[in-house]
Amino acid sequence: MITRIQRDHGRFQEIVRGIIRKDLRKYITRGEMFGKKGKDLVSIPLPQIDTPRFRFGKNQGGVGQGEGEPGDSMGGQPQPGQGPGAGEDEGQHVLEAELTLEELARILGEELELPNIQPRGKKVVASLKDRYTNVRHVGPESLRHFKRTYVKALRRQLAAGDYNPENPLVLPIREDKMYRSWQTTEVPESNAVIIYMMDVSGSMGDEQKEIVRTEAFWIDTWLQHQYKKLVTRYIIHDAAARLVDAETFYRTRESGGTAISSAYRLARELIGREYSPSDWNIYLFHFSDGDNLSSDNETSLSLLQDDLVPAANLFAYGQVKSLYGSGEFKSYLDEKLEAENVITAEINSRDEILDCIKAFLGKGK
Amino acid sequence: MNLPSQLDLEKERIKGFAADYGLAPFDTVFEIVDYDQLNMIAAYGGFPTRYPHWRFGMEYEHLRKTYSYGLGKIYELVINNDPCYAYLLKSNSLLDQKLVICHVYGHSDFFRNNLWFAGTNRRMVDEMANHGARIRSYIKRHGRDAVEDFVDRCLSLDNLIDRHSPYIKRCQAEEPPLAEAERPRRPEVHRIKSKEYMDAYINPPEFLARQKKRGEEGLKRARAFPSEPQADVLLFLMEHAPLERWQRDILSIVREEAYYYLPQGMTKIMNEGWASYWHSRLMTERAANSDEIVDYADHHSGTVAVHPGRLNPYKLGLELFRDIEERWDKGRFGPEWEDCQSDEERRNWDKGTGRGREKIFEVRKIYNDLTFIDEFLTPDFCRRHRLFSFNYDKRAEEFKIESRAFRKIKRRLLAALTNCNQPIVRIVDGNFQNRGELYLAHQFEGVEMEVTKARDTLVNLHAVWGRPVHIETALEGKGRIFSFDGQEHKETERKLESAESAARADEDDDDED
Repeated sequence: MITRIQRDHGRFQEIVRGIIRKDLRKYITRGEMFGKKGKDLVSIPLPQIDTPRFRFGKNQGGVGQGEGEPGDSMGGQPQPGQGPGAGEDEGQHVLEAELTLEELARILGEELELPNIQPRGKKVVASLKDRYTNVRHVGPESLRHFKRTYVKALRRQLAAGDYNPENPLVLPIREDKMYRSWQTTEVPESNAVIIYMMDVSGSMGDEQKEIVRTEAFWIDTWLQHQYKKLVTRYIIHDAAARLVDAETFYRTRESGGTAISSAYRLARELIGREYSPSDWNIYLFHFSDGDNLSSDNETSLSLLQDDLVPAANLFAYGQVKSLYGSGEFKSYLDEKLEAENVITAEINSRDEILDCIKAFLGKGK
Repeated sequence: MNLPSQLDLEKERIKGFAADYGLAPFDTVFEIVDYDQLNMIAAYGGFPTRYPHWRFGMEYEHLRKTYSYGLGKIYELVINNDPCYAYLLKSNSLLDQKLVICHVYGHSDFFRNNLWFAGTNRRMVDEMANHGARIRSYIKRHGRDAVEDFVDRCLSLDNLIDRHSPYIKRCQAEEPPLAEAERPRRPEVHRIKSKEYMDAYINPPEFLARQKKRGEEGLKRARAFPSEPQADVLLFLMEHAPLERWQRDILSIVREEAYYYLPQGMTKIMNEGWASYWHSRLMTERAANSDEIVDYADHHSGTVAVHPGRLNPYKLGLELFRDIEERWDKGRFGPEWEDCQSDEERRNWDKGTGRGREKIFEVRKIYNDLTFIDEFLTPDFCRRHRLFSFNYDKRAEEFKIESRAFRKIKRRLLAALTNCNQPIVRIVDGNFQNRGELYLAHQFEGVEMEVTKARDTLVNLHAVWGRPVHIETALEGKGRIFSFDGQEHKETERKLESAESAARADEDDDDED
C-alpha cells in the first residue's frame, strides 16, 4: 500500500527533478557534483524549494548565550533571526537531491535532445542471460507448471484407466509434477570503450582541467546510459604520452612541450592490443589547448586519418581555451581532416561545456 | 500501537504524580511508533490525516535523512487536542519513555491552561481530517496541479494573520466601498444661530475648524476600505478577492491551520520551559528510580544543553521558571527589592514569602513569550546565564557579539519575539487609486524585509487578488513601494513617515550607546 507520505514524498521528488531539469546548465557548469558521485547515486545540492513569504532579511540581530567579548565574531552562521520563538517558520534546509546516474543521464538526454546511440553493426560481445523458458521435473512449488502437470496427470490416469468422465477428478502424483525452469541464452550486447586523452603540458591550468573533468563526467554519464558495459581509459600527454588511471588523469600537472601525436600513437596501440574495433564501440575524446608543436601536426593528422578515425565511432576534439595556448590545432584539424565521425569544438569557458557536450554527442554515434 | 503494560503502569503513576503537583493536563493518549512512523507524523505537523502537499514530503525526507545520518532524532511529539495525543519512539529505553511522558504531561497541561491556547480548536485531529477530505475532493474535481498551485500561493501568505486577535474570526462584515452616489456627503458644520456681535463667542472659529476637520476625517474613514488597516490579510482576501468557492475554501483551510499553530509559536520558550521544568521535577522527585538517575541526568542535560552562541528555548524557559519560583519564594519582587542597591543585602534576601509555586502557575496561565520575557528577564539573570546580544556586521559579513548590556539583550529578545519575528504587514487600502488595487504596508521597526522573497510573495498575492498589488516598506533608510501588476515588478520611492524614521533613528541611536 502506498501511504500518504509516500505520495507526498513522491510529489516532492518530482518537483525536485523538475528543478534539476530546469537548471541543468547551471549544474553542469559547476563541477562540484562530480566529487559527490557515489557508486550509482549522485547527490546534487539544490537551492531551497522555498515558499516565499514576507519576512525579515539577514540584517537582524539576536540573543545568544556563552562566552565571548563584544566585537568577537560568532563563528559560523547562527541562523538569522534565530531568536527563540521564531518557531513559526518551517524548517529551512539545504536540499540534497539524490538521483541515480540513469535518471541523470535521461534528464541530460532529454534536455540536450541527444539522440540515442546506434551501436555500430559490428560483431558484438555476447552476454549470458537467464530466461524462464524451460521445464524440469524438480523445482520449488511456486514455480509449478500447472497446465503441464495437469496434462501429465490426466494422461497417466487415462492410461491407467483411473479417469472417470462422470467425475473428472485428476490427482497429480509426484512424478506428474513439472516445474518451470530457466535456460541460459546468449544475448548480444554492445560494449564500448572511451579513451580520454588530455594535454597536460604547462599551458593547461587548473581551470582548464576542471572543465575537462566536468565534461568527462557528463560524457561518461551519458554513454553509461547507452551501453551496458562501458570501459574508460585515460591517456595524458605532453611531449610524451602515458596511460594512467582516472585519479592521475585529473590531478597531474606536467610541464614542457606538446606533441599530440604521442597520445594518438598510444591510443592506437591500446586499441590494437585490447579493443579490437570489430568488437568494441570506440569513443575517443581529446582535450587540449591546441598549442601543438607545429612540426608534429602532420604526424598527428596521419595517425588520425589512417588509424584512429576509421576505427572509432567517434573522434571528438575539444579545445579548451587557455592563457598560453595558441589554439591552432583545431583550425588545422578542421581544415585537413574530413570525416563524418569527427567533431571538433571549442570551450572558451565553463558556460560552454553544455554546448560542447551537445556537439560531441548530438550525432548519435 | 497501544502501550505495553509496563509503560502503561508508569504512565498511570506519572499521571498521579503530576496531579499531586497541581498539573491539570488533558487526557493524554500515548502511542508507540517506530522512527519512520514518527518522522511521517512529524512531517505532517502532528496530523497524519492532513491534506496532501509536497512540502510534507520534503519535511519527511529531511527528517528521515537527519535520523539515518545520526544527526538527530525526535524523541517525542505531542498534539494540542482534547484528548491530547503523544507519540513515543519505540526504540527508546524505558527511562527515556518515562522522561518523555513527564515532559508530555507538562505540554499537555500548558495547552489546556495557557490562555493563548484557549481559542484553538481542541478537536483539531478531526478538523485536519476534514481539511484533508475537502482538499482531496477538490483535487479530484479540479486536478492536482490547479489545487497544488493554489495551495502554494496561499501558503506563501499564511504568515499574514493577525497575531493579536486572541480568537480566530470566522468572518467580518465589512462592506466594499459604496458607490459614488451613496457615499456620505461632506457634513455641514452646524452653527448655532446668533447675533453678529456674539457670533465669535457662540460659534468660536477654532471650534468650527476642529469640527470641520473631524467631519472630514470621518468621511475619509467612511470611504476607506478597509476602514482600519487590517492585519488579517487572509481574511480580507477570503472576503473580497475574486475567488471560486473551492479556492476560498482552501484559503480558509490554510488560515485556520495558521491560527491553530500560532499559539505554539507565541509560547515556544514558555511551553518548552514549562515541560522541562516539570519533567525535571517529576523525574528527580518521584518517577525515576535511584539506578536511573544518572542516565536521566545525562539525557536531561542533553535537552537543555547550550550550543555556543545559540539560545536554547528549553534552557531559557526552564531557568526563567526556576528563577521566578525562587524570587517569589524569597520575596524578591516589588518596589523594596527593586530599590535595594546593596549587593550584600540582595544576595541574602529572603522574606520567606513562599509564593513561588503559586506564581509559576499564574505565569503559565496568562503570559506568552513576549510578555514573559518582558516581565521576568532580569539583569541578574542575564549575567548569571552569560547572555549577550549579537548583530550582523555587513562589512565583515558575519555575526558579531554586540553587547552584554541588559537593555540591549532584552531589546533584541523582545524584537525577535514581536509578532513571532514576522514583519508586521497590514492591508491599508483594498481599492488603491480607486482601481481595485491592493495596497499593503509593512510597519517598519528597524529590520528590513528580504527583497527577493517579498517580490515573489507579491506575485502570489497578485495571483489571488487578481489586480495589481503594492507593499510599502523601508530599505536602506528610504521608503519604498514594491509593486507587481501581473507583468512586471516596479519599485518606487516614497517619503518615510515620521514614526518610521523614528524607528530607524532609535535603532541607530541604540547602536551608539
